[in-house]
Amino acid sequence: MTLDRRNFLAGSAAATAAAVAAPAVLRAQGGAIRIGEINSYTAQPAFLIPYRNGWTLALEQINAKGGVLGRKIETIHRDDGGKPEDSVRHAGELVNAEKVDLLAGGFLSNVGLAISDFANQNKRLYVASEPLTDALVWARGNRYTFRLRPSTYMQVAMLVEEAAKLQTKTWACVAPNYEYGQSCVKWFKELLTKAKPDVSFVAEQFPALGKIDAGATVQALEAAKPQGIFNVTFAGDLINFVRQGNTRGLFEGREVVSVLTGEPEYLDPLGAEAPKGWIVTGYPHSDIKTPEHTAFYDAYKAKFNDYPRLGSVVGFDTMNSIAAALAKAGTTDNEKLIAAMRGLKFTSAFGPVEYRAIDHQSTLGAYVGRLDVKDGKGVMTGWSYRDGAKYLPSDDVVRTLRPATA
Amino acid sequence: MSGPVLEARGLAKAFGGVKAVDGVSFTVEAGRLLALIGPNGAGKTTCFNLLNGQLQPDAGSVFLGGRNITGLAPRMVWALGVGRTFQITATFSSMTVRENVQMALLSHHGKVWNLFSRAREAFVAKADALLEQVGMAAQAERACGILAYGDLKRVELAVALANAPKLLLMDEPTAGMSPSERIALMELTARIARERGIAVLFTEHDMDVVFAHADRIIVLDRGRLIADGSAEAVRANPDVQAVYLGSGSTFGGR
Amino acid sequence: MDLILIQTLNGLASASSLFLVASGLSIIFGVTRVVNFAHGSFYMLGAYIAWSLVSRFGSASALGFWGGVLLAALLVGLVGLLIEIALLRRIYQAPELFQLLATFGVVLMVQDVALASWGPQDLLGPRAPGLRSFVSIFGNRFPTYELFLIVLGPIVLGALWLLFNKTRWGTLVRAATLDREMVGALGVNQRLLFTSVFFLGSCLAGLGGALQLPREAVNLHMDLSIIAEAFVVVVVGGLGSVTGAYLAAVLIGVMHAFGILIFPKITLVLVFLIMAVVLIVRPHGLMGRKPSLVQQGATMREPLLSPATREIKLLGAAALAVLAIAPLLLGNYGVSLLTELVILTLFAASLHFMMGPGGLASFGHAAYFGLGAYGAALAAKWLAAPMAAGLLFAPFLAGLAGVVFGWFCVRLSGVYLAMLTLAFAQIAWSVAFQWVELTGGDNGILGVWPAPWAAGKTTYYYLALVLCTALVLALRVAIFSPFGYALRAGRDSPVRAEAIGLNVTRINWLAFIIAAIAAGIAGGLYAYFKGSVFPTYMAISKSVDALLMVLLGGVQTVSGPIVGAFAFAWLQDWLVRGIAEYWRLVLGSAIVVLVLAFPQGLVGTALRWRGRSQDDDVPAEAVR
Repeated sequence: MTLDRRNFLAGSAAATAAAVAAPAVLRAQGGAIRIGEINSYTAQPAFLIPYRNGWTLALEQINAKGGVLGRKIETIHRDDGGKPEDSVRHAGELVNAEKVDLLAGGFLSNVGLAISDFANQNKRLYVASEPLTDALVWARGNRYTFRLRPSTYMQVAMLVEEAAKLQTKTWACVAPNYEYGQSCVKWFKELLTKAKPDVSFVAEQFPALGKIDAGATVQALEAAKPQGIFNVTFAGDLINFVRQGNTRGLFEGREVVSVLTGEPEYLDPLGAEAPKGWIVTGYPHSDIKTPEHTAFYDAYKAKFNDYPRLGSVVGFDTMNSIAAALAKAGTTDNEKLIAAMRGLKFTSAFGPVEYRAIDHQSTLGAYVGRLDVKDGKGVMTGWSYRDGAKYLPSDDVVRTLRPATA
Repeated sequence: MSGPVLEARGLAKAFGGVKAVDGVSFTVEAGRLLALIGPNGAGKTTCFNLLNGQLQPDAGSVFLGGRNITGLAPRMVWALGVGRTFQITATFSSMTVRENVQMALLSHHGKVWNLFSRAREAFVAKADALLEQVGMAAQAERACGILAYGDLKRVELAVALANAPKLLLMDEPTAGMSPSERIALMELTARIARERGIAVLFTEHDMDVVFAHADRIIVLDRGRLIADGSAEAVRANPDVQAVYLGSGSTFGGR
Repeated sequence: MDLILIQTLNGLASASSLFLVASGLSIIFGVTRVVNFAHGSFYMLGAYIAWSLVSRFGSASALGFWGGVLLAALLVGLVGLLIEIALLRRIYQAPELFQLLATFGVVLMVQDVALASWGPQDLLGPRAPGLRSFVSIFGNRFPTYELFLIVLGPIVLGALWLLFNKTRWGTLVRAATLDREMVGALGVNQRLLFTSVFFLGSCLAGLGGALQLPREAVNLHMDLSIIAEAFVVVVVGGLGSVTGAYLAAVLIGVMHAFGILIFPKITLVLVFLIMAVVLIVRPHGLMGRKPSLVQQGATMREPLLSPATREIKLLGAAALAVLAIAPLLLGNYGVSLLTELVILTLFAASLHFMMGPGGLASFGHAAYFGLGAYGAALAAKWLAAPMAAGLLFAPFLAGLAGVVFGWFCVRLSGVYLAMLTLAFAQIAWSVAFQWVELTGGDNGILGVWPAPWAAGKTTYYYLALVLCTALVLALRVAIFSPFGYALRAGRDSPVRAEAIGLNVTRINWLAFIIAAIAAGIAGGLYAYFKGSVFPTYMAISKSVDALLMVLLGGVQTVSGPIVGAFAFAWLQDWLVRGIAEYWRLVLGSAIVVLVLAFPQGLVGTALRWRGRSQDDDVPAEAVR
């Protein structure tokens, strides 16, 4: 059994029932603190069902302790189906009809940006959980938006550190053809060239997201005879790419550096075919024994009878960071909340994290290690936690990246 | 009146090596009815399609009132004064009987590109007059999609008359009608043609209709014209008899 | 040299996979004329069911694997059979493309059924026994399973050829592909023929999905990722031509394999580029035949369209009055939702203008909506244009695209036309997606907020209401104008229309442009309403939304798109918010129920009921 869907459904049914039960006006005053959470549930269920479980776990833990500021917290979830225009409609509904105190969520980068722009326009705090695009806190950053997950830049920077240690001189890149894939490749080339000026990039493949023609793509990379490969594909594309690459021997004798591949969401479906030796960012869930993580891990397992995915961590940490901000601000007033969020320190499942005042990016990190196969399953070995704070550009650079008004 | 209204000179058309129409020449005069007959597959409909521009001939030419109209698109041919009815009726089923005629009138008067006026209120009197002529006035408000076949043929005639044509091309105008309806429609056509001096070319498989109304008859067989003359002359023509006997059918094609 | 050979083989392997799915779709469309959106869902079900069966039977044994694959194909065939009997059979008489609405309902239902049954995580199927490894070709390793697929494509093609040319059933199917009425006239049991064809087509889709097991991850996106390409293959090959479908699949597969060597990012749009070129050069696909004039004349009889009666006008005025006072009764969100509904109504009405009176169905109408939105957003971003200028630039950009794309499209007809509009829409979409410097790519353009005077939610609502109402009414006036009549004339009988002097192509072109401009205005309003613009505004799903709204309301009526837009968008919003979980299952079921209850669309069927109760002669056919 992969996921306990019954629990998931029961949880959401309860949330829905709660949302329907009392008139909005009554709830707004003195009742529960309301969070509007928007995500692409039907479009990205593999990541987001565990995410919501993690969220629910944190929510219940907080409320079991009496909530924050003496009030319970309540979440109203909305499904944007992967369409930014729908996320904006939900944001409007959550703020105007449901009278939520703040907004959270987002998986796809463009959905995150759409909500972020809405938040800026409507002066409402938005805690983006997952969207990876650098633009969210830099080029298009604004006063009202904070982001939890390590961004594209940070994840790539962690991998470049490892890639620079290798003897590999010629690289080929493969990435899904959209902003995330393109900026991963852009950063990888830029940062690696800076670290090792003698590297060269001999091939690039940009298959359409979700539609990789894996055989032809593998062959095209093979033809360039690179010494190393930088992979950004994930989910179904990754599986197809790995299977064709394994059969055709693309990875033999080559170093592969790969973003997100160590996350259980993407690693577990590969089973015994998980590509050994790849250097990846990810989440070695059963091996992390820090007190924060063990507490989270055990509670999650007890509640859902399943191990957490990375999405679970993101959901759990997002909710907890919001609670911490509320506690610090002592109010739901959004301007005061923002002041509290800037520089907010809280404890994540991965340890202490801070929302940087300078660009509203959290310092949550990721685990970097090599893939191996154990008992027919892909695992990360030789991993270590990379604190996000160390993989961000200097403050001077960040200031040039972010609008002065934000 | 000088010269024929329609003149076909050496028309030819082949489909994949099969000569559907092969060197056909004839003329039609104003106020006269010319019947084009022949057995199934003789090339009658192809011939019609060459005349009104639906098809391009491989060779030969078509003159309308002395003007060469070969190769012009159907809508150009229409604009020069040629009305047409089809073997399988073609009316606008989403419109009423009157609207069908109004549509033709709007086109004739160059009002098609008007986006703001009400089409229903245009040329009502003229449309009704045309419908009156073909005996369809009582059904002006009915949808064309639900009319009986014979009535549709009459609507087609009214539509074909809307641009005050010099020439009417009627492909089996009475197909699917009862014998009495056939006689009535062709009498009507003949009367209108004579009153207005319209030249009419029609195909027909009912020989009673042909012999009763045609001023002249031409006979087509495997794309070639084998006879041209009065009813008596054609009836007596041994080639024509052979064609119809040889085809196994009585004096009538498709 | 060896790379050329290997890439050709890669292309052929993909081609075989694509062909299996497309052949089923082609057969179904050829005979039943149903645009079966659910075909991709059958493909996905085939993969999931095969995964379950093979896991159960054991993938190590040949019997377990191949038995599972074949059984999965049969089971999917049965699902198709069931859907044909329970749903599609009841609506064959509905207006053209209406079945698309029904099959879309099935797509939504299958998505949630698959999620509930197999969970959200991608599933990796086992490799095929005996075909797990590779062969060496010029030192390159090439998977044996791909070789097997390369051989399988032509084998299936051959089997289908034998079936169609050497059996009585096949002869009937071919006859039905050419002329449905004739087969009915021959006394053949048409129902049985349609059902059996649907079964075969679904089996092929299921087989196509099942055979992907050793090659691709089984996931919840398989359905929609294959369906557009399968349609492209069918249309490029020529409707109803299985051999054509194979050629098209090979063309697309091989072009793909080589395209990525030269321009890796081309995969986004390559299939649609190929389709556009093929359709412009060959308007009926590689192997398709031009329908004869006789067939053209004998298409569906369109019902009478008359202007609104007094009653309907009063009803419309009352509805408008309600919309006008709505902000007094509704909260902020209610007003926002209404704004969206009003804008979508204009979008639907603009599609209806070409699709209803013009008979020009478009699968890519979102292109003009999206270009309108981008017109406004680009004007705001690059020219710092005020809102009024942005709202003028929106229809300009959309109209310009309408002029260019329309010129090509109106030379085609039927599904070919619809697919060419789709190709152009995808090309426009890929430009917005790829031209990051100008459009911001998939991250879109932010900060497109209305002018200060219109920034209030209620003010903006009234602005949208006034503009949209005026334009919807203008479209209505145009439908009953001489031009609208000429447009309908060209749809009802192109031959007759030409014979009374109408330039049908040019009339259709203008209708296309008008529809594009109206959609562009809707898009411009939408951009300022949302505050941001993304390529999703031109995505296939937006085009499909417009189609669904028009079909749901009733394509043969004038008020249909208005009612359809409100019904569809409101229903969706209500379900997404109210149910949260499995809303797609409920929405899909609701669509299926509505389709069965209102086989002429909501307005069409309602008017039919009314007509029947009043007068048995004329109004039964009269649809307002």
